[in-house]
Amino acid sequence: MRLNLRQNLRNAFRALLANKMRSGLTMLGIIIGVASVVALLAVGTGAQSAVNDQIQGLGANLITVMAGKQQSVGPNAGNTATTAILTLKDAEQLQGLKGVGIVAPQYRTTKDLTYQAEKASVSVTGAVPEYAKAHPDEVAKGRFISESDQKTRARVVVLGSQTATDLFGGVNPLGKSIKINGMPFQVIGVMKEQGSGGFGNRDEAAYVPLETAYARLAGTQALVGSDRIVSTIEVSAADENSIDTAVSQIEKTLRRSHKLKAGEDNDFSVTSQTDILSVTSSVTTILTVLLGSVAAISLLVGGIGVMNIMLVSVTERTKEIGLRKAVGARRRDILYQFLTETITLSVSGGIIGILIGWGIAALVNLTGVLTPRVSIESVVLAFGFSAAVGIFFGIYPANRAAGLRPIEALRYE
Amino acid sequence: MIEIDNVTKVYQMGDTEVRALNGATLKIDDGEWVAITGPSGSGKSTLMAILGCLDSPTNGTYKLDGIEVDQMRDDQLAAVRNQKIGFVFQQFNLLARTSALENVELPLLYSSMNHRREKAQAALAAVGLGDRLQHRPNELSGGQQQRVAIARALVTEPSILLADEPTGNLDSKTGAEIMGLFSELHRTRGITVIFVTHDPNTAAKAQRVIKISDGMVVA
Repeated sequence: MRLNLRQNLRNAFRALLANKMRSGLTMLGIIIGVASVVALLAVGTGAQSAVNDQIQGLGANLITVMAGKQQSVGPNAGNTATTAILTLKDAEQLQGLKGVGIVAPQYRTTKDLTYQAEKASVSVTGAVPEYAKAHPDEVAKGRFISESDQKTRARVVVLGSQTATDLFGGVNPLGKSIKINGMPFQVIGVMKEQGSGGFGNRDEAAYVPLETAYARLAGTQALVGSDRIVSTIEVSAADENSIDTAVSQIEKTLRRSHKLKAGEDNDFSVTSQTDILSVTSSVTTILTVLLGSVAAISLLVGGIGVMNIMLVSVTERTKEIGLRKAVGARRRDILYQFLTETITLSVSGGIIGILIGWGIAALVNLTGVLTPRVSIESVVLAFGFSAAVGIFFGIYPANRAAGLRPIEALRYE
Repeated sequence: MIEIDNVTKVYQMGDTEVRALNGATLKIDDGEWVAITGPSGSGKSTLMAILGCLDSPTNGTYKLDGIEVDQMRDDQLAAVRNQKIGFVFQQFNLLARTSALENVELPLLYSSMNHRREKAQAALAAVGLGDRLQHRPNELSGGQQQRVAIARALVTEPSILLADEPTGNLDSKTGAEIMGLFSELHRTRGITVIFVTHDPNTAAKAQRVIKISDGMVVA
């Protein structure tokens, strides 16, 4: 029976255990490399899914139409042409378009809210009852704006969770009267806590019926002839698959009603959540790749450490190699012996590294900043990489050992 | 049967060429009991290395059992060393931190033989170390270590046993015991035993003495 794998592994373990300190330190290079690959990739994917979750929380089917050219980069970023506006008529035209579900125009204005001595300056949104359906935000207590509130221009208000806390503290705000712009409004509902994701803090908000907003809060600012300005039109696509159809239908309709010529830029912007999702996910992917490559470099350095030690080991054991050859070891027997040693070293380091990386990910999880995800792929990648490092950096020393002439190796002092 | 014909071995030592063997011709029959002697630097060890297939000649031919081994590739030579030749060194060359039993098993790991453990035990018993199987080299005396090395040389049941100054590192009493062991192995197993010595008394115990001088066989 030829020297088998088990025998080779036993020899390798014995040789490595003979120099515990040295093997341990060499392995440490691999351990640090693999642990950082696993941990950093876990943190990267964790960050990625955290961002995705937050954006999904804004409503995956939600399409936002805003006035002004879309300029997200460049010196004019954020600027909008003052002449470009969206009106209620625009919103009406979007009703019933192909792929479009609910259309919810909004008029937003910042006002002071007061309850007894408490005061809060928040963004007050004039909303239609459909808003609650288009948006994933939910009412926690009470109810949202109704059709009859809208018709009667009722002075009712739904508070964001943060606003409710700011004004009322622990007191139940339902049925209480607060003042907006000095006018009394009755609190009919409180929204659920949303968390600060996406654009601004959606918990510091208040919602009134759209008609009420126009009649009592906006004054003449919102008037354009007989039409009225809307800040944004939120549209929910009929379903996930019709988002693209809805977006192109909306653009076509608005271009026509705004009388834009062919080749002229849109004077409005249509953004779906999937657009935002793809931008942020490409950013987080770059982040993950960056973290991964930094970790990979440390794994490479660990590999060079392995090669260094194996070269020392070959030199030290020249006599042993000579003897093995003298009693009949072939070139490939010696090659396998030393390769088994480096692979054993780097793979054991890899396994320990994966466990430590996992532990680091678990520790990061405990801090609560984000939830790292140790993916099977990253474990397989790190393990495969450490084995490859073992083979790559082991080949040269092993080859050198295998190529020694028996008599010269035996006489080596 | 060993036949070497007009064998030379030239080493390059920096700028100078060293002719360790300079046309050595020799024939040794199966089952002979041969001592090789000569002054130091005469080429004894080089001759032994070539006979043991540890080194190949620069020129000349070497036939082992009728096969030209000087033409063989490295892996074929490894097989010849494994199956036909047992080599005993002056320095013992045992693996440290490895038991006597595993040291003796070593050549079997590179052979296709089965029952390795049993064969190794038998070989150690044959050299009188049946009760020292698990001892490591540093737990054994010099004589015992050389016995382990002899057991290792015997374990693949080779037809030729080569020993390069096997008693050189031993005191005279232990050396005599080792020579007694060689003599017994030769007698009972019919193995060809060839050993190098510079001690005339040791050489005198052999059936045939080959004298080497300046890289040539002189007698």
